[in-house]
Amino acid sequence: MSEKIKFTIDDKECFAEKGQNVLDAATDNGIFIPALCHIRGVKPAGACRLCNVKIAGRLMTACTTPVESGMEIENDIPEIQDLRLAIIEMLFVEGNHFCPACEKSGNCELQALAYRYQMMVPRFPYEFPVKEIDASCPKLIIDHNRCILCKRCIRSFKDENGKNIFAFKKRGHKLQINIDEKLSANLSDEMAQKAMDICPVGAIIHKGKGFDEPIGTRKYDKVPIGSDIESVV
Amino acid sequence: MRNIVNKIIKKYKNDKTRLMDILIDTQSEIGFIPDEAVEEIAQILNLSKVDVVQTLTFYHFFSQKPIGEYAVYLNNSVVANMMGRVEVAKAFEEEVGCGFDNVSEDGKIGLYNTACIGMSDQEPAAIINGTVFTKLTPNKVKDIVADMRAGKNVKEMFDNYGDSENNSELIKSMVTNNIMKRGEVLFSDYEHGSALKKVITMTPEEVIEEIKDSYLRGRGGAGFPTGLKWDFCRQSEGEIRYVMCNADEGEPGTFKERVILTEFPKLLFEGMAIAGYALDAKEGVLYLRSEYTYLKNYLENIIQELRETNQLGENIAGKEGFNFDIRIQFGAGAYVCGEESALIESAEGKRGEPRNRPPFPVQKGYMQQPTVVNNVETLCNVVKIMLNGADWYTMMGTRESSGTKLISVSGDCKYPGVYEVEWGLRIRDMLEMVGAEDIQAVQVGGPSGSCIGKRSFKRTICYEDFPTGGSMMVIGNKRNLLNDVVKNFMEFFIEESCGSCVPCRALTVILKNKLEKILYGNGVTNDLAELEKWCNMMKESNRCGLGQTAANPILTSLKNFREKYEELINKDIEFDSGFDLSAAVAESCEAVDRIPNL
Repeated sequence: MSEKIKFTIDDKECFAEKGQNVLDAATDNGIFIPALCHIRGVKPAGACRLCNVKIAGRLMTACTTPVESGMEIENDIPEIQDLRLAIIEMLFVEGNHFCPACEKSGNCELQALAYRYQMMVPRFPYEFPVKEIDASCPKLIIDHNRCILCKRCIRSFKDENGKNIFAFKKRGHKLQINIDEKLSANLSDEMAQKAMDICPVGAIIHKGKGFDEPIGTRKYDKVPIGSDIESVV
Repeated sequence: MRNIVNKIIKKYKNDKTRLMDILIDTQSEIGFIPDEAVEEIAQILNLSKVDVVQTLTFYHFFSQKPIGEYAVYLNNSVVANMMGRVEVAKAFEEEVGCGFDNVSEDGKIGLYNTACIGMSDQEPAAIINGTVFTKLTPNKVKDIVADMRAGKNVKEMFDNYGDSENNSELIKSMVTNNIMKRGEVLFSDYEHGSALKKVITMTPEEVIEEIKDSYLRGRGGAGFPTGLKWDFCRQSEGEIRYVMCNADEGEPGTFKERVILTEFPKLLFEGMAIAGYALDAKEGVLYLRSEYTYLKNYLENIIQELRETNQLGENIAGKEGFNFDIRIQFGAGAYVCGEESALIESAEGKRGEPRNRPPFPVQKGYMQQPTVVNNVETLCNVVKIMLNGADWYTMMGTRESSGTKLISVSGDCKYPGVYEVEWGLRIRDMLEMVGAEDIQAVQVGGPSGSCIGKRSFKRTICYEDFPTGGSMMVIGNKRNLLNDVVKNFMEFFIEESCGSCVPCRALTVILKNKLEKILYGNGVTNDLAELEKWCNMMKESNRCGLGQTAANPILTSLKNFREKYEELINKDIEFDSGFDLSAAVAESCEAVDRIPNL
């Protein structure tokens, strides 16, 4: 048994393994901290900034911060919750997210977070950017309109030789994900489904499988995102 | 083409961490980086094609399509605009016969905009095939374009060489140094190598103590205590340690490192060697911005000379086991690479995305080994501190800011150039010294710093008051502050964000749009409140310094020049969507030949 350390989140006493990041530790203690880029077990990206928490008066991303003994973490406070809602809204206005027409509706983490944070109309004006849909890969559709650039696909997807199938292209507001034409040509159905599942939104769609599971019976159709974590303890 | 690429990759020993160099050489040999080259590079380095494209498309000076036999990169910074860039750009377009971001029909000349190229004291300026052209005028543009059409080598297009080393055989540039004030630290006389001779009689710990005692703080802008950084690095476990020098000065309005690198590069390399001694590092990397490629041969020659005189290499200065060498790593056009962890990523051949902390570079930096990244000016200061002692150094400056600071002054003033001043100088005194009159505002510390007005001129330049990495732009009364300055800075940050953090990628665009809404006369009172609130979201929510300060142009001008915003606000109405219906349908109306009926 490795050493357990004690810390608090919003005054609630929590325990963690040494070396754990704050986000995973919070999850293990039944506390939900929202994140769109994090995948447990994969090196954190610190990209979406949703998991920002306050430690010693400073905002820190929970996914990239190792938990320390005696740490006092503020999570559910108005300042942070408003920043999170603002980030969700930013994602909605910088892309084109039309939930009713999306294959991922109900399984989409962005949509689920918008519900959980009770987003009505984003405070920021919509940008309606012109973005492309790339259907050149035999098994996948990449819809750049919906991509939130969380890097999940980039970080967790390699081919059998350990080569990257996804990568970024360009930078700043022109940033987009890029799929390797050659390496993705031989993607198995299983891999294609995995890619669709790892994507928090509907930017990666497994061709022909988008509606295998009917809308209305999907993951977040009945319970809010995070409730599985909160019901554990 | 295959042969060319193969040869280049071989030169870098098939090392994928040298991808930047491979791409730089490919671009320079072929003129652009064609798809076949990307595939070849990916295959030999055992990377995916998308990996190579990821690095390639991150940097502004790499291109996947031909950029013209002559590629003109005209600076579009605020100061360039002040000095007449608009007319110069127009002249280029007329003479070449195409707009910017295009290549002339014959494929001969390409026109491109580029962020500050470190020539704010001699704008408008452009880089053409690596050679810098300064103080451009529409007439000069005519001659340059004629020369390009005639197929002249860029080096043969002028003979008005700059002062001092700019005129030396290995530089031969028209750039001038414009040293306006020589201070007590950087410009004091010294015999090259003397500090190193002294240092090798001390233990590395004693060297670090001396730097700590001097209270030297990082001159790049962040102001982290240098001695402490060295100490952390030395205490970190690793197989090998690295010294990196950050010469990616990209903060618009800054050019002091250009002057240091031209005027006393040996001082810098001696500083790097001292850091190498103190940290027990064997390798040093000078990360130099692509815009200063015109100094390449000159700097490489000096490094070679230092090797030959035993000031670099093995058993330096006769000290057994003191081995240290330096290589130059060029960037390829990315402001964010001035952030130390992005710089490291770039030097490893990747896109310049800042890393998450922890671990810090002093723990896991270049090649995952303990690394110190210091600014050019910081390392130059180190030499003089070791030579004259910490006590001598702390006599200068203020309590929290010891020593001197090199300031790059540009904009509406009589004497633009570099000034070495003691920390603690009042801004008012500085402005008097540079011959600035009729001042509307001063931008201290570049776009990421503060836009200040007269009320603040009594304040001082130092870490405890107005810290600066070295940029000071004077903005005269004749300028439109919000439109010409603030908006330009916001566009700069949008262009230069790496795009990883959501607020930095998305909110910068939202903020600029909001600013434009106000500038176009559609602003209402609530817009100012929202602007302020949204700007404040940037401060702590982003990973790196770029994102944290990217709202500063609006935030500081809103604080210090609120009346300029209020003048534009429509106070009679509560809401204005800012949406112009007739403009939105203009294009489609034209396409179907109808007149909008709104």
